[in-house]
Amino acid sequence: MADFVSGFWNAWVMVLVFLSIAFCVFVLVSNTTKRTPGPVGLHDHVWDETLQEYNNPLPRWWMYMFWITIIFAITYLTLYPGFGNNQGKLGWSAAGQWEAEQKAAAEKYGPIFAKYRGMDLNAVAGDKEANEMGHRMFLTYCAQCHGADAKGAKGFPNLTDNDWLYGGEPDTIKTTILDGRQGMMPPFGPALGADGVKDVANYVRSLSGLANDSLRAQRGKEIFAQNCVACHGPEAKGTPALGAPNLTDKTWLYGSSEATIIETVTHGRTNRMPAWKEFLGEDKVHLLSGYVLSLSKSAAAPAEEKK
Amino acid sequence: MAQSNHDFIERKVGWLIVFTLMTVSVGGLVEIVPLFHMKSTTTPVEGLKPYDPVRLVGRDIYIREGCYNCHSQMIRPFRAETERYGHYSVAGEYVYDHPFQWGSKRTGPDLHRVGGRYSDQWHRIHLLNPRDVVPESNMPAFPWLDRPAKIDDIEAKMTALRKVGVPYSDEEIQGARKALEGKTELEAVIAYLQGLGTALSAGKPAAPAVAAAAPAPAEAAPAPAPAAAEKQ
Repeated sequence: MADFVSGFWNAWVMVLVFLSIAFCVFVLVSNTTKRTPGPVGLHDHVWDETLQEYNNPLPRWWMYMFWITIIFAITYLTLYPGFGNNQGKLGWSAAGQWEAEQKAAAEKYGPIFAKYRGMDLNAVAGDKEANEMGHRMFLTYCAQCHGADAKGAKGFPNLTDNDWLYGGEPDTIKTTILDGRQGMMPPFGPALGADGVKDVANYVRSLSGLANDSLRAQRGKEIFAQNCVACHGPEAKGTPALGAPNLTDKTWLYGSSEATIIETVTHGRTNRMPAWKEFLGEDKVHLLSGYVLSLSKSAAAPAEEKK
Repeated sequence: MAQSNHDFIERKVGWLIVFTLMTVSVGGLVEIVPLFHMKSTTTPVEGLKPYDPVRLVGRDIYIREGCYNCHSQMIRPFRAETERYGHYSVAGEYVYDHPFQWGSKRTGPDLHRVGGRYSDQWHRIHLLNPRDVVPESNMPAFPWLDRPAKIDDIEAKMTALRKVGVPYSDEEIQGARKALEGKTELEAVIAYLQGLGTALSAGKPAAPAVAAAAPAPAEAAPAPAPAAAEKQ
């Protein structure tokens, strides 16, 4: 595995490793004494005038373990990389082991993904097994922003309310996950001035029936018509192609209070959904799309029944 | 024979020290020193850039706040890790890290490929109070980061790094202060995080040096790094 800049380091490692092992063998052999019958001799050392030490042979179990470590070292260096540039007889590498793991996983999980690959997203959304898989992936990759319950947070869309910034068609959801989204509301503070922004905010609140100053809302309507309709549309119903939200409903990404709307209009908003195509690949995104679709379906079902 | 040698080492303390040092240094000489002379540890992966001034300041705040105590920056080549974090880390990605931030403990997730994984806005909210986006999180909040970054020592930092081999040009060092003007610590940390691990992506799966050593590196493509290209 080693890719040394010069052959010197290859030789360096080999020589030092060889010398170390040879030295261990030498120390072991030179200190191996036979257990002889009769009294055990004494070491030369004398401490405190009379204190001496028996020269017992090294314990056998300890010697054998030392030999085992030497044999292990030689076996290991033969089989695995470590002895300079030597690849080892097994041809093992960390990357190779990882690839084998990937291959085994592809064989195990490939058929499961293949089963859903061609399936229509609506069918995937209705499939229990697919949803369980999607749910697990959602918790790993998506919950950090959208929440473990997929209900989102301020600035991170709720995926269960059947309200969509970019559209809730199955393929649109899949596109969103695959390629990500870049949301951008430009800042209007400098153009409109503090008063103008407040007027627009009151008008926007009036659109969804929230308490507002009617005089300001009146003025705000004109400002809205001049500045905001390009993205949010003349009826303020939003433009999914641009990700411009519908302002007439009860769903708010950042909040519906006057102060929050003023903040949004003044400074604009920049938001980004990361693209997952490269990281997860089509198969996993397919299952995730099905899962996300199922979240809003279950939310929508009771509403439809009421109608 | 052995007896007298033994006697010699035990009685001559100077020699005892010399032999001890020789013995304990073998491990380092065999296992550490040769690593300084390997292509895969000394050659940057393709596309790896030294930290620009903002990211450099961000990295120093990362160290100051002790992020490395809970976050590693080292994705090991196991499927369980590459599925969650992205392509496993290779040595060539850390060439400009002095010191590297591998860490040794994961109370939080690995951050080596966090670049591009979340939006800047998410990081902003998450650093100021993690519970605002991840209710289950036990990461501490860092509310004080929203303050101007310290920039008066940036030239010294970059010059010091240049001495240990980071190829900063004179222009880069002179322009550093300007690049940092008006930046908050929060922005610096986010810039640092958003750049992490983005040099290696699906298009170029492994470092050239590693590619030469590892068998069949082309197959490394199926689990690429997270979407590296931030569309901004």
